[in-house]
Amino acid sequence: MSREHLVNLAVVLALVLLPLAAHLMGETYWVTLATRAAVLALAGVGLNIALGQGGLVSLGHAVFFGIGGYAMGILAYHAQTYTPVIESLGLPGTNLMPLIWLVAAMFAALAALMIGALSLRTSGVYFIMITLAFGQMFYFFALSWPTYGGEDGLSIYVRNRFPGVNTLVPIQFYGVVAAVLLLALLLSDRLARSPFGLALAAARQVPARVAAVGLDPQRLKLVAFVLSAALTGLAGALFADLNRFVSPTMFSWHTSGEIMVFVIIGGVGRLMGPVVGAVVFVLLEHLLGGISEYWQIAFGVLLLLIVLFARGGLIGLIAGREKAHG
Amino acid sequence: MAEPVLETKGLTKSFGALRASEDVSIDLRPGEIHAIIGPNGAGKSTLIAQICGALRPDSGDVRFAGADVTALSVRARARRGLARTFQISALAMDHTVLQNVMLGALGARGRPWRFFVPVLSDRGLRETAEAALERVGLSDHAATRTAELSHGQRRQLEVAVALTLRPRAFVMDEPMAGLGAGGSKRLTGFLDGLRTEAPILLVEHDMDAVFALADRISVLVYGKVIATGTVADIRQSDVVREAYLGEGA
Amino acid sequence: MMSFVLLAEQVLNGLQFGVMLFLMAAGLTLIFGVMGLINLAHGSLYMLGAFAAAAVAAATGSFLLALLAALAAAAVAGVVVEVAIIRRLYDRDHLDQVLATFALILIFSEGTRWAFGSFPLYLDIPSTLSGPVRLPGGIDYPLYRLVLIGAGLLIALGLDLMITRTRIGIRIRAGENDREMTAALGIDISRLYTLIFALGAALAGLAGALVGAIQSVQVGMGEPVLILAFVVIVIGGIGSIRGAFLGALLVGLTDTLGGVFLPEALKLVTDPASAKAVGASLASMAIYILMGAILIWRPTGLFGGRA
Repeated sequence: MSREHLVNLAVVLALVLLPLAAHLMGETYWVTLATRAAVLALAGVGLNIALGQGGLVSLGHAVFFGIGGYAMGILAYHAQTYTPVIESLGLPGTNLMPLIWLVAAMFAALAALMIGALSLRTSGVYFIMITLAFGQMFYFFALSWPTYGGEDGLSIYVRNRFPGVNTLVPIQFYGVVAAVLLLALLLSDRLARSPFGLALAAARQVPARVAAVGLDPQRLKLVAFVLSAALTGLAGALFADLNRFVSPTMFSWHTSGEIMVFVIIGGVGRLMGPVVGAVVFVLLEHLLGGISEYWQIAFGVLLLLIVLFARGGLIGLIAGREKAHG
Repeated sequence: MAEPVLETKGLTKSFGALRASEDVSIDLRPGEIHAIIGPNGAGKSTLIAQICGALRPDSGDVRFAGADVTALSVRARARRGLARTFQISALAMDHTVLQNVMLGALGARGRPWRFFVPVLSDRGLRETAEAALERVGLSDHAATRTAELSHGQRRQLEVAVALTLRPRAFVMDEPMAGLGAGGSKRLTGFLDGLRTEAPILLVEHDMDAVFALADRISVLVYGKVIATGTVADIRQSDVVREAYLGEGA
Repeated sequence: MMSFVLLAEQVLNGLQFGVMLFLMAAGLTLIFGVMGLINLAHGSLYMLGAFAAAAVAAATGSFLLALLAALAAAAVAGVVVEVAIIRRLYDRDHLDQVLATFALILIFSEGTRWAFGSFPLYLDIPSTLSGPVRLPGGIDYPLYRLVLIGAGLLIALGLDLMITRTRIGIRIRAGENDREMTAALGIDISRLYTLIFALGAALAGLAGALVGAIQSVQVGMGEPVLILAFVVIVIGGIGSIRGAFLGALLVGLTDTLGGVFLPEALKLVTDPASAKAVGASLASMAIYILMGAILIWRPTGLFGGRA
């Protein structure tokens, strides 16, 4: 078993045991922080498919996070006001989590298909700028669209339902989130080892070779982008449920930047990179944020040091530069 | 005479004032090795790029396996059975040797859309890949990370990937480049047997290999084919001697 | 029925917005074209210029000194950042450049908030440039905005002349084409890079100060402009000053005219309230739709050669 496998095992155990311990000690606040970390980690697991496996530097993943958030907000808003989502069809809202997740992932995937088809016509720095620009488009759209609160956002008063679980109890909601995260990790790992993952990783490293064996590197990347967006959209729905609130901030490009930053801090292309990164990010936010409201200065310096001197992220520092798969 | 597998007719390509290909017409017949030789800057790479689909010619056609493929992409030509090796190895360096060859097998199968089954437990792909490694003599290195291969081993791996495609024709861009004498000799022996599987268009600088292998040779100078013929024809040709091998060679 | 006066005013507003975007985009596109660097922190230099101008104007009361302070502060910050951090990123991949310059944004933004507080500052238009001026056709238009348009056009012309006619321009173009060749010609490449970065920074700082006088000066003001400048570059083609100029005017005009006329146009087909709402939403997306359309047509932008 390689060191990275040991690290991965330790992370999974920590995901299960630490919040449980916090719950038993009555530290509800820490359970909520853990939930936040797990939701952000899920968004990162999504981004990691595009960024780590596909080599796509997307600065627009907030779009999918925001779409997931608004999918939850809109469906739950209509459920709590007993109004139809689409008047003419009489389509009702819902407060059932699995249904909301499905809608969130589907709409995020649809947006990714459109954005990806356009931005994958280019590469490199164009791709970065275009994903960033489309992210801003959704942000301004959410700001100026008055139906669901515009810049004030939308509050949902009761957390949505999951069959057999009391989602209002923090540890139970954490259980739901952690289960989704573990499932996503399993999926991401499977993906990396699959025929698709092999072709995708080759499209990242040597697109000319992929075309020369008769496969389409751009289409592989587009599919990766869509899958990646679906997971990040799912994370957006859970994030909205955690806060019981959605606002255009979810679409802001700082959100895209932050997701990317903690994926890098953890280790890009590493299975558990996003999880480790998200935990570190939430801890720093909490600890440094408790010391000074200008904590992001320290965070910026830390990030700069990691980029300049510790490539491979934290998992890279612990497990060495070699990758176990990919 | 058998119908050529691969054929170019009047290929012409300019970059600004530079004529990189001028009216190039060559063909590759079943069972043969046709070598393209020429000094640096003669336009060999440009010619290969047009044959494989990475560059569109300004005028002229490329025919492959009985159809006009001039307008087709690299990918479409590969799917029709045109396998190339790269001059500068285009291999996924983070992958193992086996993974690189499996990519070829996956390309030959043409359906990469399987998301949840580990590729290494796909027996069909694995057997194709392992057979190709066996043939080029890289079986012992299947689990090695490609970045750790020697230069010569990378050239062997390039050929192994091309083999998995079960192509109708090979286009090989300087497969001997950078190989030592021993490696060059081994690869020459291997390519010699390969021509019966599919003909090879061989662009090569190593004259020993070319003279040992080629059924026909075309000489490319300043984008133009100045001579095509058997090894003996080319050795004796005054035109070639003058333009390429140099006076008194 | 739109009046001619309204149309002319909006066209001028669009031009003014466009030339200011150009000042941002010119630096970004030069820095990318020559050094291959994507700099997210360019918006921070814009913000820095605005804050320096506001602080100096408050202390001295002189707008001219404020502008000089903006230029100097942004240029000095540019040199310091380039020498300390950015030059380590030229050989890195775009991902590292994005992350490092994102980190710089966090440092600059929070640093500025720490120094100046969260409340916006105000920079007053100098009295000699305030008030409207009567243009042919009976249009009353703010003099200051006209001056911005003129200044922007002059700078654009100056940059174009500098790139095409001067020795430094020849060096910049050489650097764009071939780094090693430039170095082989005996040009001190690292000084050239620092100079270009400082030039780009100074232009961004100047834009921040000039625009700061008609908007409020606050933390984060540079980021929307940065992203619009990216749109400009994508439209114009990376590395091209002329592309940046054309792209900037297109984006400025589309954004301004779209915001005014889309709601009006929609009133023809739907009720005024929803026309206003839908129109505003559509207008906020107009430039991105423009960008998408240009990408479909020319993936490397209007003046772009390479992908």
